Amino acid sequence: MSNTPATRDYGRPFRANWLARSGWLIALLYTLYAANLLDISWERFIVGLDNGAKFLGEMVPPNFSRWKLLIENLIETIEIAIIASAFGVLFSLPVGLFAARNLMPGWITWPFRTFIALCRSFHPVIFAILFVKAVGFGPLAGILTLIFASIGFIGKLFAEAVEEISLKPVEALRATGAPFMSVIIYGVLPQVLNRFIGFSSYQLDANLRNSTMVGIVGAGGIGGTLFSAFQRFDYDFLAAILISIIALVMVSEYISAQVKKVFQ
Amino acid sequence: MSQQPVSPVRSLRVDRLYKEYTAGKPILSDISFEVSSKSSVAIIGPSGTGKSTLIRCVNKLIPPTSGTIYVSGENITDLHGAQLRRARRKIGMVFQEFNLVERLTVMENVLCGRLGYVSPLRAWLRRYPKTDIDMAFNLLESIGLIDFTRQRADSLSGGQRQRVGIARAIMQEPHVLLADEPTSSLDPKTSVEIMELLVSLTETHQIPLIINIHDVELAKRFTTRIIGIARGGIVFDGPPSELSNDHLQDIYGGENWLQ
Repeated sequence: MSNTPATRDYGRPFRANWLARSGWLIALLYTLYAANLLDISWERFIVGLDNGAKFLGEMVPPNFSRWKLLIENLIETIEIAIIASAFGVLFSLPVGLFAARNLMPGWITWPFRTFIALCRSFHPVIFAILFVKAVGFGPLAGILTLIFASIGFIGKLFAEAVEEISLKPVEALRATGAPFMSVIIYGVLPQVLNRFIGFSSYQLDANLRNSTMVGIVGAGGIGGTLFSAFQRFDYDFLAAILISIIALVMVSEYISAQVKKVFQ
Repeated sequence: MSQQPVSPVRSLRVDRLYKEYTAGKPILSDISFEVSSKSSVAIIGPSGTGKSTLIRCVNKLIPPTSGTIYVSGENITDLHGAQLRRARRKIGMVFQEFNLVERLTVMENVLCGRLGYVSPLRAWLRRYPKTDIDMAFNLLESIGLIDFTRQRADSLSGGQRQRVGIARAIMQEPHVLLADEPTSSLDPKTSVEIMELLVSLTETHQIPLIINIHDVELAKRFTTRIIGIARGGIVFDGPPSELSNDHLQDIYGGENWLQ
């Protein structure tokens, strides 16, 4: 078998994909063109670095003298995130189930899928602005914002997880004459529960990060303080806020990792 | 396992069943047969003749196009909703790939057979009646899986899983047991054990048994009656001793494989 030459010319073994090659070329050319258009040049970058060094210099050392305000803000941020996550998880369980096309008829799934799409169509900042206008400044606007963000995220992923389950046990349970809710409880939920918990803990994580942001538009939490520190060029206090946010997110990540271990 | 309501006789009657997925092209046409009390029937036929469809038409997992189905004398053909679910409790089903809920325990899977009798809330809280729990323990003892009660189903071997699947079906206290290729995913030795278990359990509980099966030898060895299906209709119906090579040739076509 070794080194036997092909008995006749079979042609090239692989097909050249000229479409893909020209696609890559166009992408590269456009990137260079756009950078040129926006005047992103090396000189501009050097100027920016200079500015950044000055900014960083003013941030050191961080100023924790107003730690009472910082703690107060952090607690409000955590409260917003946890309340929003609790309600978001609670609502997204039924929403995700009703949006799963393998279990529900089309006339049920499409309103729920539309609702999920609406929740996903706006960035949380836009939701936060809308809710500040609707219900006024303060944490309530932030909570509502993050509830919708949570339903959009968990609802969609949960519906997809339900659509991927094996229908074999579901068929078996239907064959026993089990009522619909029992089929869901025994045949569907066990197959998706650990993924649901994964999505939920990830969303709690995301909500903690986002709840530091909704304050920028006045929807409660540490973001408001962060923004005013920016505007007052209060850079050492700003550094203290950023460090506390980093600490908060790291702690929450550690906790969500532990939660996932329990539900493996 | 003392409760054995003997009367009325448990039976299944299928009368002039038709099923077509596309109009004018019936996959099953004019299927009629009756099975009662202790008899065990094997349905044989080539792949794709609609044996699985036939079994799923009986409990209306697949709606039949026309025809009538009686379970212990009750016409279940036109039932819907809660009434259909009540009728399905009387029809136990065993599957080729076991169809267990992998992430639930053996006990929970066996108790799934009682879901038609228990409210969703009680099922969710695992508050089954004492009689159900006792029945499940007794069944697990008799199928040799009592030591696996609290293990998850995905930790079991194929043969063990099928035992759980059979126990789940028996838990329904069914009036007929349908088995869809119950041995096709198993090795030859385990297949024989599963067939023995199916036949012995249905005999002690006086449940008529209907098995779709590919293995003609197993069918002949364990059942008392064979129904051959080919080209959408019944082409043989009789005891295994009468099933000749000519019949097999008629059912499956060709002849070289019969050597």
